[in-house]
Amino acid sequence: MIAEAGLAALWFAAALAALQLLLAALGVWRSAKPALAEASMTEELMRAVRPVAVVQGVLALVAMLLLVQLFVRSDMSVLLVAENSHSAKPLMYKIAGAWGNHEGSMLLWVTILGVAGAAVALLERGLARPTLIATLGAQAAIALGFYAFLLFSSNPFARIDPAPADGNGLNPLLQDPGLAFHPPTLYIGYVGISIAFSFAVGAMITRDVGPAFARAMRPWVLGAWIFLTLGITAGSYWAYYELGWGGWWFWDPVENASLMPWLAATALLHSVTVLATRDGLRAWTLMLAVVAFSMSMIGTFLVRSGILTSVHAFAVDPTRGSFILALLAIYIGGALLLFALRVGTVREGTTFDFVSREGALVANNLLLTVILGVVLIGTLYPIVAAGFGTQLSVGPPFFDKAAGPVALVLIAVMAVGPLLRWRRDSAQAAIARVTIPIAVTGVVLIVVAATTGGIALLPLLGLALAAGLAAASVAPLWKRNLRRTPLFTYGMVIAHLGIAVSLAGMACDTAFTQATLVAARVGEPQRVGPYLVTLDGVKPVIGANWSAIEARLSARRGADGGVFYLRPQSRFFSNPVTVTSESAIATRWDGQLYTVLGEPDAQGRWQMRLWWKPFVTLIWLGGALVALGGALSLIGRLTRGRRERVRGEGYA
Amino acid sequence: MSRRLIWIPFAFALGLLALIAWGLYKPADRTVRSALVGQTLPAFDLPPIVPNKPGLATAQFATGKPRLLNVFASWCIPCVAEAPQLLRLKQAGVVIDAVAIRDTPAAIADFLARNGDPYAAIGDDRTSSLQLALGSSGVPETFVIDGRGRIVQQHVGDIREDEVPGLIALVRGLK
Repeated sequence: MIAEAGLAALWFAAALAALQLLLAALGVWRSAKPALAEASMTEELMRAVRPVAVVQGVLALVAMLLLVQLFVRSDMSVLLVAENSHSAKPLMYKIAGAWGNHEGSMLLWVTILGVAGAAVALLERGLARPTLIATLGAQAAIALGFYAFLLFSSNPFARIDPAPADGNGLNPLLQDPGLAFHPPTLYIGYVGISIAFSFAVGAMITRDVGPAFARAMRPWVLGAWIFLTLGITAGSYWAYYELGWGGWWFWDPVENASLMPWLAATALLHSVTVLATRDGLRAWTLMLAVVAFSMSMIGTFLVRSGILTSVHAFAVDPTRGSFILALLAIYIGGALLLFALRVGTVREGTTFDFVSREGALVANNLLLTVILGVVLIGTLYPIVAAGFGTQLSVGPPFFDKAAGPVALVLIAVMAVGPLLRWRRDSAQAAIARVTIPIAVTGVVLIVVAATTGGIALLPLLGLALAAGLAAASVAPLWKRNLRRTPLFTYGMVIAHLGIAVSLAGMACDTAFTQATLVAARVGEPQRVGPYLVTLDGVKPVIGANWSAIEARLSARRGADGGVFYLRPQSRFFSNPVTVTSESAIATRWDGQLYTVLGEPDAQGRWQMRLWWKPFVTLIWLGGALVALGGALSLIGRLTRGRRERVRGEGYA
Repeated sequence: MSRRLIWIPFAFALGLLALIAWGLYKPADRTVRSALVGQTLPAFDLPPIVPNKPGLATAQFATGKPRLLNVFASWCIPCVAEAPQLLRLKQAGVVIDAVAIRDTPAAIADFLARNGDPYAAIGDDRTSSLQLALGSSGVPETFVIDGRGRIVQQHVGDIREDEVPGLIALVRGLK
């Protein structure tokens, strides 16, 4: 019965989304015609939208919870559970298994969408009513498409008769705490962007593009961006320790698919700030909202459709692919059509000089867009090339060379931007303000080049610019009363500092990593970086639903360092049959020792890969700082917004 | 902003969607082709794997007579499915040489006893070295070699019944 109840909840939610769209469309249409006699009826139509949105969100949530319940109970009469779960799995992976597959992840997507829509309906107060109603209408239109997709081609609640005795299990690579955390985080990010998109559509429909609209949209963009940042950072660390390849970014299509919305959202975040505080960049902000949403749609679906080969591609039949394509065409095509029709009527906002905070933000936007374009082209190029009969894959050599230099220019702009004044600034005064960061960059450049004896150019510049950016990013706090500095300024400082930290980590990892592949005999020490690693022996280990060969490695730093032990495993799962390697990582303040156990050979030696990765942890620490900065900003904006509203009411 | 420029994003999105549609309905051929098609065979000299049959070396090719070079293994199921087609090719007068990938003499003898023996010579490739040199990415694969020792065609996967006449015609047409 649980499955049927879930399906019913889904159908009801879909029906309410249709109703929400209808009410909103009628209401907005009538409100645009003041001549209509029954103004009270328009009012009633619009008033009905909010509760409908709330109930729709609740029903979607109910459907998702029921699906989780089915996975927890291991109800093998449900096809999805039988295909993706197993009764012997630990509870956490049973729950996570509910979204570790195509249907479940789609349901999670619409659930977050529904809940976010309900939150907009309940919380948003600053926006003109027709714009808000148009926004909720756009939100309903998006939700309706995905409900239809779920109900007609990806029903998560379908039964299987006869029910199998037990399920197929979950891909062991996904049986990791990372999975419980990573997809929901990214989905919240994607959906947050869809809210921003709905706001943009709403504003375009009612031609109400201004600071009020930007202030309403900003928390959603910021929130989405925080979650995307966290999702990408966590995904990168997951790939790093779980795949056992020692890398943190592979330019895999699905990684690009999460990076592209992040780039667009980063650009949007900055341009929406210009719109909110200076009333500039109106059309550009609308455009970015549409682009960011398009990228998140492509992010969710392109890799899923099997068009691009990726480790993440779920097998999808052509019907689903066509469905997805139709949805993409309707939303993206429709929004851009609306943009083209309406942008002419959006008045030009405030203008500004080239050397100004706005100017730097525009440069930031353009550079981010260029990187986005590079990533998009690189990701889609294999499809184009396949059309000419060539098979190829586009990998790190292209992306590093094409996006790396642009990213470094972006870092430089990022360092200068926050030190410029709004509207107009003098170039001389601006240069005076960045003397210290430039000096830091120069000193680090010379010192690193001299002491390391020639590392590659890109990581060298990366290290120098990271140091300069770190200096520049704390400069806005210089000579200020730190207690009266608003929280969102701290947010910006910490986020920019996080980028510097992350960049330093990337540059160190690229320049200084030492790797060795050995066939090790027991007792024979191997050298990697400053460490001596000795294979003490191997032994079998039994886990909850796997067995493994575990090696004990003793490592010591230098000749007189203390000995510590690492235990990499080669794990064997029986449901489904898979072998994974569990790396063992020792984290030190200045980097990580990363060890992977491979196959034995006939002479009793074991293959091992050992890496010493100096300061690699900075990459994810930086990512976390960026997200923390975003969170501080968000809290700062929300509390200030409330304070202003309260004050406003007080005067009124 | 000019009136026309406004439509650029829309046109770009249409192009993107067309590209995705095209990728969806015309899925790319994921077969990995050898880069050696049209070129001379690489040099190799493999020992025999079964006692009554010669091994395989470059010298056996380029004798003026076109041949097939079948990459197979006793542990490969599609190779079993392919066996009747190879026997028909042999009956039609096509010479087939083979290279056994990562295999043992006993297993090969058993395979030939069960599925018939269409081969003139079988080389023993325990380390897949010839397979890698040929640019072959799996078993079974069949290379059509002309009389001068040049690779004319690579057939990936098992040879199906309807493909046999075409192969016979191709080999007969070669010098």
